[in-house]
Amino acid sequence: MAVTLGFDASKAGQGDPQELPALRPGAMAASKSYPASSAQQQLLGFPGELVDQWQIKAIAKLGELVQRSRALKVALDACVKCGACTDKCQFFLGSGDPKNMPAARQELLRKVYRRYFTWAGKHMPWLVGAEDLTEATLDEWYIYFHQCSQCRRCAVACPFGIDTAEVSMAAREIMDSIGKGQRYCNEIIGKVLTIGNNLGLKKHALAATLEGLEEEIKEETGVDVKLPLDVEGADILLVAPSADFFAEPHIASLIGYGKVLHEAGLSWTFSSHASEAGNFGMFIGSSENMQRVLERVGDAVRALKVKRLVVGECGHAWRVAYNFWNTLAGPYETLDPAYPIPQHICELTYDLWRAGKLRFDKSKNDHIRLTYHDSCNPARASRIGPDPGSQFEIPRALLRATCNHFYDMAPGTIRENTFCCGGGGGLLTDELMEVRLRGAQPRMRALRDVADEHGVTHMAMICAICKAQFTTVLPQFGFESDGVVGVHQMISNAIVLTGSVQAQEYEARLASAGNGDVAAGGKR
Amino acid sequence: MVLYAFLCIAAAVFIGGLGVRIWAYAATPVPLRIPVTPAPLTRSGVVMRLFWEVVLFRSLFNASKWTWLFGWAFHATLLFVLLTHLRYFVQPAWMWLGLVQDLGGYAGLAMVAALVALAGRRLFVPRISAVTAPSDYLALALLIAIGLSGLAMKFVFHTDIVAVKAFALGLVYLDPQPLPLDPFLIIHLSLVAVLLVVFPFSKLLHGAALFFNPTRNQPDDLRESRYAPRITRNGVPAARSDTA
Repeated sequence: MAVTLGFDASKAGQGDPQELPALRPGAMAASKSYPASSAQQQLLGFPGELVDQWQIKAIAKLGELVQRSRALKVALDACVKCGACTDKCQFFLGSGDPKNMPAARQELLRKVYRRYFTWAGKHMPWLVGAEDLTEATLDEWYIYFHQCSQCRRCAVACPFGIDTAEVSMAAREIMDSIGKGQRYCNEIIGKVLTIGNNLGLKKHALAATLEGLEEEIKEETGVDVKLPLDVEGADILLVAPSADFFAEPHIASLIGYGKVLHEAGLSWTFSSHASEAGNFGMFIGSSENMQRVLERVGDAVRALKVKRLVVGECGHAWRVAYNFWNTLAGPYETLDPAYPIPQHICELTYDLWRAGKLRFDKSKNDHIRLTYHDSCNPARASRIGPDPGSQFEIPRALLRATCNHFYDMAPGTIRENTFCCGGGGGLLTDELMEVRLRGAQPRMRALRDVADEHGVTHMAMICAICKAQFTTVLPQFGFESDGVVGVHQMISNAIVLTGSVQAQEYEARLASAGNGDVAAGGKR
Repeated sequence: MVLYAFLCIAAAVFIGGLGVRIWAYAATPVPLRIPVTPAPLTRSGVVMRLFWEVVLFRSLFNASKWTWLFGWAFHATLLFVLLTHLRYFVQPAWMWLGLVQDLGGYAGLAMVAALVALAGRRLFVPRISAVTAPSDYLALALLIAIGLSGLAMKFVFHTDIVAVKAFALGLVYLDPQPLPLDPFLIIHLSLVAVLLVVFPFSKLLHGAALFFNPTRNQPDDLRESRYAPRITRNGVPAARSDTA
């Protein structure tokens, strides 16, 4: 894919990740995602084209949303424009476009809200920065609310917790409701609704893929690891992002899930009906569509009579699963309350490892010098593990257990201050490539620092969108695209399956070492 | 006596407006759980989270040191200055108000300095002036003018504070008393009346948002108890059972 776009990634990739750019008004105004087709809109229950009297309808919709969401109401009322958020957005840091500053992005919606819903905005618009909803404003909404990855980095900074993600979701919902949807998100939601997953993979394709992977694992290890599909009565339903079935490097993590569950002797299955953990309904702020997508998970839970629900490596999917599944489609009465509902695959693996049920041979990852990219949604919108912040510790513990060389990136760029990969929230589409590259710049700089200082070669993560985005943008910044790895890919490399060729070799090595040197890195 | 009436009306608008706005926040539903994480797991944890936000502006401290310094200094000194004004409203004045009184002048100076610094930031930092509307400058100007007119009386043109106290108590007990016709006092009180009227209907009410924003006031306990509000984000009934 040719990517020039006046953005020199090799230069932009050097420097302080949080360096402030000079303001470049309008710099990103030309980056505009493709509109949804009429058919794509209607499938989701939205008008196919821009409706008559769209201004009136958009304003009415805005009023309705503000009445129904306190987070939005607070966001539109309470900003004091203190500026704390203005240097936090990766899309601003990478572009300098002032409309990519969170307060300014919110202001696009707020100025219309003020004009029609506040006394001062109705009578003295010039004083309070209120503006009519014009075609130009609608166009700006479309451009800049599709340059927000809803990552919440600004919400952490805001003294009032104002969340630009809520504002951009509302803006997208308003635009959808008047017929101005985005193709990328809406096309994907349509695929889940009609076929069952974002990639549009049918059941026979899934079955064939899983069979092929089983053979691959057998060849590698000599062990019959099953990757079951639609097995009624299995204990665990594993819902993974559909990218895990086909995309690189995602698929390597799927193999990792299979190996872990096999080694622990757990009974589990995928579902072809609910073959998608992702839920782009969240990106467009549409609870109806989010709910329609995740009804499929409830269907599968009942049809397959499973007792536990486990979610694969996908950031926004985990937010939806952790925060919204139970509210929108629960309660799941048939699931066993002895286990977390839902459970993240990293929690499951971590608990198994702590219980001594998994052995890792760290030396299998000796060619890798590793860092970890916290994905936005597990970092700032949900939790993995028992404690606040254990979403940062558990993946790192698993990586340290499977790799001898682990180095964190700079403190202001990880954990709750992590940068978005640049492709989240419905931006992972080719026509937004310049947005994605500029949004990736701060993360790439932080990665460059640990690559220079510690020789880091690989970056692990637990998000399907991050994996796809980085695989594309890493080469632009002078890294190898296969430097992107999943946490369960690292586990897959290192896990010692009972009865495998690796186990024989590992045990022989243990025996010849005679003491605990090797064992210390493995089972605990 | 015009000013007396104006202040009474302003106070009524302030209290009524505050009530209406806070009620509106409280009545607006929260369809989904959206705490910004890492978030406390319990209600008491949430109370502590908000406590540190209110007392120390913790998020702002982590996000922007200069804004925090000026913003926190302004609010802290404002609180101090408001306490010094309490003695106009309570008879007899409490003992500890005397102690506060001694430092009130310095607090007032520091408050105006912090406001000027905030205004300077707004004027000269391009990122911040890019998101500033005229009303944002006006709010700062109003506060600075109130501060300066008060300081003028404190340090230069002393006014008859016994008469001011009689006037203030008259406000409390709805018993109009004459006010010294002192230009700084009249400016000071007129601007305060304007502030009271504007406060509930502008961004000056931002303090309330802190308590009501679900991103900060929700505990992170979703797997322990099902969150089932009356309606979902779009007003569709929550699926299946509505029982929490």
